[in-house]
Amino acid sequence: MKLREVKEILNADVIVGEEKLEMEVKTAFGADLMSDVLAFAKAGSLLLTGLTNTQVIRIANVLDIAAIILVRGKKPQTESLALAKELQIPILTTKYILFETAGRLYAKGIVGCLEQVEDHSAHS
Amino acid sequence: MVAWNKLKITVHTAETENYLYTNSFDIEGGNFNKAGTIATGIKSILKELGLPNDVVRKSAIVSYEAEINIVSYARKGIVTLTVTSKNVEIDVTDEGPGIPDVELARKQGYSTANQQIREMGFGAGMGLYNIDCYSDKFDISSEVNKGTFLKIIINIP
Amino acid sequence: MDIETIAKKLNLKVSSASDRLKNNVTGGYTGDLLSDVMANSHEGDLWITRQVHQNIVAVATLKEHAGIILVNSCEPAKDTLEKAIQEKVPILISDLPAFELTGAIYNLLGKKD
Repeated sequence: MKLREVKEILNADVIVGEEKLEMEVKTAFGADLMSDVLAFAKAGSLLLTGLTNTQVIRIANVLDIAAIILVRGKKPQTESLALAKELQIPILTTKYILFETAGRLYAKGIVGCLEQVEDHSAHS
Repeated sequence: MVAWNKLKITVHTAETENYLYTNSFDIEGGNFNKAGTIATGIKSILKELGLPNDVVRKSAIVSYEAEINIVSYARKGIVTLTVTSKNVEIDVTDEGPGIPDVELARKQGYSTANQQIREMGFGAGMGLYNIDCYSDKFDISSEVNKGTFLKIIINIP
Repeated sequence: MDIETIAKKLNLKVSSASDRLKNNVTGGYTGDLLSDVMANSHEGDLWITRQVHQNIVAVATLKEHAGIILVNSCEPAKDTLEKAIQEKVPILISDLPAFELTGAIYNLLGKKD
């Protein structure tokens, strides 16, 4: 679905990226722990989180995340906002909690990132 | 070309004779505001060099995890990026507490993070494990009360 | 809906308090930051998280959650399991990531606009 539809489903406000609402998204990852995001989240995915610090933006950049959805009515911190604009990462904010946000998107066909990056920790 | 002054990092330019690219970046321990700037910078550099997308992504991820570890636990560190036609090598050296049991630290879920670090969303104990998963070769050596050295290699297909 | 029904439908592995699977689930909360879960979750919620340290049992007990589901096949730490058994807090494990599991449970509970 398009990011515009995500905005509607979540009754979200667009904080950054008004011009990117035609972007297609298919998958989502919800987390407050950043290492999990790094292990699982696919490129082009939505990132659902309640964290508003600059690290979320950095990680979104590192992973080629399509857009960040801040839940529980959270707004990005000032530095995070500036960084998101600079790195051109859309941020939407919804009043719904993560449970509800994921639930609503799932019901409309967004799927999770099911595969962990391949574990070959036996190698050296 | 990357705007170094915008990234606000110290660059030590090294000889480029045998490499496509090589550079070192300083990291300040405890500075969570700046944490991630090196990883973002490395991603830009590798993209500009025209490396394949998945090589760029893996390199950015391992750089990020290494950078966060330095910021979380060390006094300071240096990340050296070297690109040849065969691979991307990321060497990470820090001055800090060191890792008493490296094998344990490499396991999923093992973490020594404090509450402050956890509240920022880190400390799930996945850092070194993630580096392992995303790299083709990953060596760690460490000395308690001195520091830690990581050598991470990602092959270019 | 009780935990047992949800566990069966979603193939969850029961780790502790198997005698409490009749606990009634009235809602859900997905989150990994303990301060957030403490502030915003409710009694009767099924708490979906990947945090495995023993503090999760204290939080679930204080907030009177119906139970805890760990995602991405995360196993509770040893002392977490001991505490959960002691406090009779059901901990279940799913191999799904939080987004998928949350979506499935949200829709099972029949949440509507």
